[in-house]
Amino acid sequence: MNPRGDSTSGSDGAAEPRRKSKKPKYSRFTQQELPACKPLLTPAIVVTAFAFIGIIFIPIGLLSLSASGQVVEIVYQYDTDCIPEQLQNDKVAFIQSSTTNKTCTRTLTVPKNMEGPVHIYYELDNFYQNHRRYVKSRSDKQLRSKASETETTNCAPEATTSDGSVIVPCGLIAWSLFNDTYSFAVNSKIIEVNKKNIAWQSDKEHKFGSDVYPKNFQMGGLIGGAKLNASIPLSEQEDLIVWMRTAALPRFRKLYGRIETDLAANEQVTVTIQNNYNTYSFEGKKNLVLSTTSWIGGKNDFLGTAYLTIGSLCLFLAMGFIILYLLKPRTLGDPSYLSWNRNPDGHY
Amino acid sequence: MMKRFVYINDDSSQDLYCDNRISNRKYTLWNFLPKNLWEQFRRFMNQYFLLIACLQLWSLITPVNPASTWGPLIIIFAVSATKEAWDDYNRYLSDKQANEKEVWVVKDGIRKHIQAQDIHVGNIVWLRENDEVPCDLVLIGTSEPQGICYVETSALDGETDLKTRVVPLACIGLASEQLHIIKGVIECPNPDKDITRFDGNMRLFPPFIDNDLCPLTISNTLLQSCYLRNTEWACGVAKWLSIWLTIFSGNETKLGMSRGVPEPKLTAVDAMIDKLTGAIFLFQVVVVIVLGFAGNIWKDTEARKQWYVKYPEDGPWYELLVIPLRFELLCSIMIPISIKVSLDLVKGIYAKFIDWDEEMYDHDTRTPSHAANTAISEDLGQVEYILTDKTGTLTENKMIFRRCCINGVFYGNESGDALKDVQLLNAVANNVADVIRFVTIMTVCNTVIPIRSKSGTISYKAQSQDEDALVNAAARLHMVLISKNGSSLEINLNGSLIQYEILDILEFTSDRKRMSVVVKDCQDGKILLLSKGADEAILPCAYAGQQIRPFVDAVEQYAQLGLRTLCLGWRELKDDEYNEWSHAFKQARSTLVDREWKLAEVCQILEHDLEIIGVTAIEDRLQDGVPETIETLRQAGINFWMLTGDKQNTAIQIALLCNFISSEPKGQLLFINGKTEDEVLRSLERVLLTMRITSSEPKDLAFVVDGWALEIILKQYRAVFTELAILSRTAICCRVTPSQKAQLVELLKSCDYRTLAIGDGGNDVRMIQQADIGVGISGREGLQAARAADYSIGKFRFLKRLILVHGRYSYNRTAFLSQYSFYKSLLICFIQIFFSFFSGVSGTSLFNSISLMAYNVFYTSIPVLTVVLDKDLSEKTVMQNPQILLYCQAGRLLNPSTFAGWFGRSLYHALVVFLITVHAYADEKSEMEELSMVALSGCIWLQAFVVTIEMNSFTILQHLAIWGNFAAFYFINSLVSTIPSAGMYTIMFRLCRQPSYWITVVLIVAVGMGPVLALKYFRYTYRSSAINILQQAERSRGPIFSMGGLESQLKSLEKDVASLSTSQSKFRNSVYEPLLSASDPPPTSTRRSIGPATFDFLQPAQSRLSSSYSRNCKDN
Repeated sequence: MNPRGDSTSGSDGAAEPRRKSKKPKYSRFTQQELPACKPLLTPAIVVTAFAFIGIIFIPIGLLSLSASGQVVEIVYQYDTDCIPEQLQNDKVAFIQSSTTNKTCTRTLTVPKNMEGPVHIYYELDNFYQNHRRYVKSRSDKQLRSKASETETTNCAPEATTSDGSVIVPCGLIAWSLFNDTYSFAVNSKIIEVNKKNIAWQSDKEHKFGSDVYPKNFQMGGLIGGAKLNASIPLSEQEDLIVWMRTAALPRFRKLYGRIETDLAANEQVTVTIQNNYNTYSFEGKKNLVLSTTSWIGGKNDFLGTAYLTIGSLCLFLAMGFIILYLLKPRTLGDPSYLSWNRNPDGHY
Repeated sequence: MMKRFVYINDDSSQDLYCDNRISNRKYTLWNFLPKNLWEQFRRFMNQYFLLIACLQLWSLITPVNPASTWGPLIIIFAVSATKEAWDDYNRYLSDKQANEKEVWVVKDGIRKHIQAQDIHVGNIVWLRENDEVPCDLVLIGTSEPQGICYVETSALDGETDLKTRVVPLACIGLASEQLHIIKGVIECPNPDKDITRFDGNMRLFPPFIDNDLCPLTISNTLLQSCYLRNTEWACGVAKWLSIWLTIFSGNETKLGMSRGVPEPKLTAVDAMIDKLTGAIFLFQVVVVIVLGFAGNIWKDTEARKQWYVKYPEDGPWYELLVIPLRFELLCSIMIPISIKVSLDLVKGIYAKFIDWDEEMYDHDTRTPSHAANTAISEDLGQVEYILTDKTGTLTENKMIFRRCCINGVFYGNESGDALKDVQLLNAVANNVADVIRFVTIMTVCNTVIPIRSKSGTISYKAQSQDEDALVNAAARLHMVLISKNGSSLEINLNGSLIQYEILDILEFTSDRKRMSVVVKDCQDGKILLLSKGADEAILPCAYAGQQIRPFVDAVEQYAQLGLRTLCLGWRELKDDEYNEWSHAFKQARSTLVDREWKLAEVCQILEHDLEIIGVTAIEDRLQDGVPETIETLRQAGINFWMLTGDKQNTAIQIALLCNFISSEPKGQLLFINGKTEDEVLRSLERVLLTMRITSSEPKDLAFVVDGWALEIILKQYRAVFTELAILSRTAICCRVTPSQKAQLVELLKSCDYRTLAIGDGGNDVRMIQQADIGVGISGREGLQAARAADYSIGKFRFLKRLILVHGRYSYNRTAFLSQYSFYKSLLICFIQIFFSFFSGVSGTSLFNSISLMAYNVFYTSIPVLTVVLDKDLSEKTVMQNPQILLYCQAGRLLNPSTFAGWFGRSLYHALVVFLITVHAYADEKSEMEELSMVALSGCIWLQAFVVTIEMNSFTILQHLAIWGNFAAFYFINSLVSTIPSAGMYTIMFRLCRQPSYWITVVLIVAVGMGPVLALKYFRYTYRSSAINILQQAERSRGPIFSMGGLESQLKSLEKDVASLSTSQSKFRNSVYEPLLSASDPPPTSTRRSIGPATFDFLQPAQSRLSSSYSRNCKDN
């Protein structure tokens, strides 16, 4: 025993090694002898891997493409279209004026049969819902419960009205709520737009309180977007809930509603658009999108194309490696290839 | 010199000096937090992260929750603080145990039990057998009538043999009652760290009449932590008591003072990581500036139009800074916060693997290897120079008396063992005077302590292995040292008892290189001076008429055989000569200032006119496996220098035996020597010239230099010598002092070489501490070297495994781990940067705070830690192909270009993850939380596959960590997805139900890993590195090809730099080339005659000897 101890960490082991046997206990771990497999990149393994990837990817790619191909989509860009000819030069003035008639009626042709439910999206482009100032300007606590009504720290500059009373829902996101509306008719018969359940169920149940009612919303000097019905709780305001799921990219679609009926091919759908939302000051585009869905989601050829490309590339690589192997066979582990001693990397 | 006066047994003067409380603690309860934080924040990395964390508190600029930095930061700090606190707590416990130990102390004339911490300077302490000494003491009395006792000092210097401690003259014979009331004063210097010296004086007060100043040396003292031992001695004495007097106490004890925290060593890998961190930091600054500018411009041109963002018309003064600072925070993850912790952790495990290694467990001494410094294992793999001691490191330091030469008669030359030489045995039996004298000197002139066991056999405790060998040999020649009681000494010669009285011992020091004893023959009352020592220390003291030539020849001959030689001499002293000298000697012994030097001077007075009587030759056998180890390590591209205090010829012989140098014609020795500066310079330049020319030849060149020339060279011709050092793969430096050893290490270090110093004795400590890596052999010379070293091993041959297996694996693993850490941090950072171009360059974070924190701390840190089990090649393959170490030495696995590869990979992977995610999750799916989770999943998947593809071997633990981490990722995120208030509530469940999520992630993996795999395969098969080839060879399980052809190929190509110069033979003629051959030692006489005669410009051995004589005399 050496009770005086050793202050330096190393020396206590060296203090009296001769007295006690300090033979290390054998275990495969301590001897670094755990059984291990050492996969090697042999031609067989690599070629098989690439071939396997190719064989798996091509069918998945085809499936994805066909799923995407089955989706029928109508995209109609209406931002410039819906401004009267004479006001094209000053779109911002048009949209900001309260007197101009913003109703705009257009007819769209259904290219293929669209089975219900047909999703109605609005698509905005060049709209930065992910801007740091914007994306932070909300109060999840306030949205969730009435008790936290005053939790508006992050909401600036739309936290309170000029007289200091709390805005519910506060923040820039809610304030800039999209307010274009669409109605549809086929052969002069109005088609019902189902606006129920367009938001995530989880949001309605847990993120937006059923006891939280809009308050002082859009009362300030500058009106941002849509107003909310102060007698409906936030959990029922599905347009708001959808809008507040901020988009990650400057071009995004948000669900407006659903048409539960089928639309037959070549049917003429009359759309009546209330063009209220100002995207003109930043040259943002507005699209109306009618689309069916498949297992892969909306129309998106990217995954399918990518899978096909990668799959064929892998097959090609596998083939290339086979050819290379046949042309330049190499015995693995042949010591005559130990060429490193010929290039000692200027070490000496 | 500052002095202190210690009043014995005087309570009034106690408070002058501190009490005996020892404290090794670094912290107290109160200062722990501030002090520990201060220490941690001295690191640049920590300062950086603290700055980032503080910036994050500013909510205007923080892109994420401050918790994402504070969390890891606090965890990291807590981990290191806990470790510190735990260490400190243990130190506190051991201090407490020591402090509260009960000891007997005399107070007011009565013995009392008090706690060790209450001992004051001047107290008289009583100790029993096997007690531990609680503080530094001066012995004033023992139970033994001769006034001696025995101590074990293993805690101080690791030497397990017993040492004698004697009561100073003034106190001899005092009864224990008197010791209770003794008064006096001790005059001694202030405490210092030197545990081998103590120069003090004692004067007792009346009634103890002896008014003389009584000198005190280290042999009168007992230092803290020693143990009183003597079981064999204690027969007949039931309770063995010894009284000590406190001189120093508490933290002032010599042990306390010599404890020091060594400067942390920085490995080459660490330095490289620091450099890369610096580069990444610069890159980060550039990114921040560029994005900051872009962000401000975008804000002024575009964001003003984005009415929904509501930028105020005029912001505060710092508005221009906001966006750059946001990007700074966003990019702060570029420097991985976890790298320090990960590295510390894996380094700790490397060190443990060394401790645990059974194959480096020394069965003879039962010592395991030990890594005292856990932080430098990678450096082992990058060693370029090994500087090794000879005795005890290459050799066993187990001395065996082999031959001797008595007055020109050689004994043991035929059989190789003088003890079996009938001639010698007969001579002893027949009482041939010279031979008896010779053996007497062997028996008497030493400091060996004979110990008689209960069964009656006698064993010897010796500090010097040579003395042990001599005494044992003498015993075999029937001259047995029976006992040594104080000054009387008994010898049994052929059954008759001879008694001597030891009058004085003129101790051995490394400067004097000899020791003598003055004894009185009790039969005839003659006073004799018996001396033994190195040839150059003894032979110049021969009396005027004596022919020393035969002894010089004998020394030469033995040295050629690699034997250690000692010359023995004696002379009779006249009574008055002795008395006069004895007075001077006593005076010198009681000086406080420069005592050692004065003693040497006085000894010099007596040691002259000796009759040289003979030479002993002691064999020090090579340790097992030394030649193979050196051969292997040399193949691994490591250069060896041998630094020894031994004679040149012995050193060369040993060097030949251990494959250190090759014999002619493969090898060539170049000698640097000379007495004056000019000679040394000429010799040096000649060697350098030869070296330059011959460096293109496939020949092993080695230069040999001795301490004298080295002294001149290091002072004057450092630059030339440095060039020589770079050119030469092998060097032998003989007769070098400890400080020269350290200087040589420093010289090589200054050329930017990684040096490893290995040694076993106290004289190697400085070199071991100076070198990048110090390895100590826990050998017979004690543990001094092993304690100072970073690694201690039991045998030299373990060095091979330490370097080739542990060093190499550590380097490979750290190289991967560190680059991977940067890779994964860069990956996520690049994604954030790409995203900023899609979010109006406003500094939005794509990932939420929880993800970012968990990404760094869990998901990407844990799987890669299993790299500590990764083995690219089996240990056997590495041992068989040591050349593979060149990869580590040249730093091929961690350097800016490999790092660029990882940088590129992270950029590519970030592009893949980001582009695929934003395209697959476009339009109606482009929801922030979902998209960010898809990107994160992509990263995690890629990470898992990157680790998999870079790992070479998979044990169950690796599988567990990699795939378990995968499962943990989904588990943790699912868990977080059940918390309604979390931002990612339900996200994971939603994603897992979407086929497109899985399709996207698989696509990311395929696109990310496909090219990596293809490239790796291509390089593996068609541009294979040596590692790859060996891996393949290992797999094919064929016979692992012979190294012979490979080696020669390597060597010839290595040196194939310039064409051979035709003029070089001219130079070579003029260089001394001893026809050295390891296998058969040539007849020495012919060798000697050829050497000096043929090449007379070169210093012949004889003149070299004489030069050192003159030097020696001059010095003295």
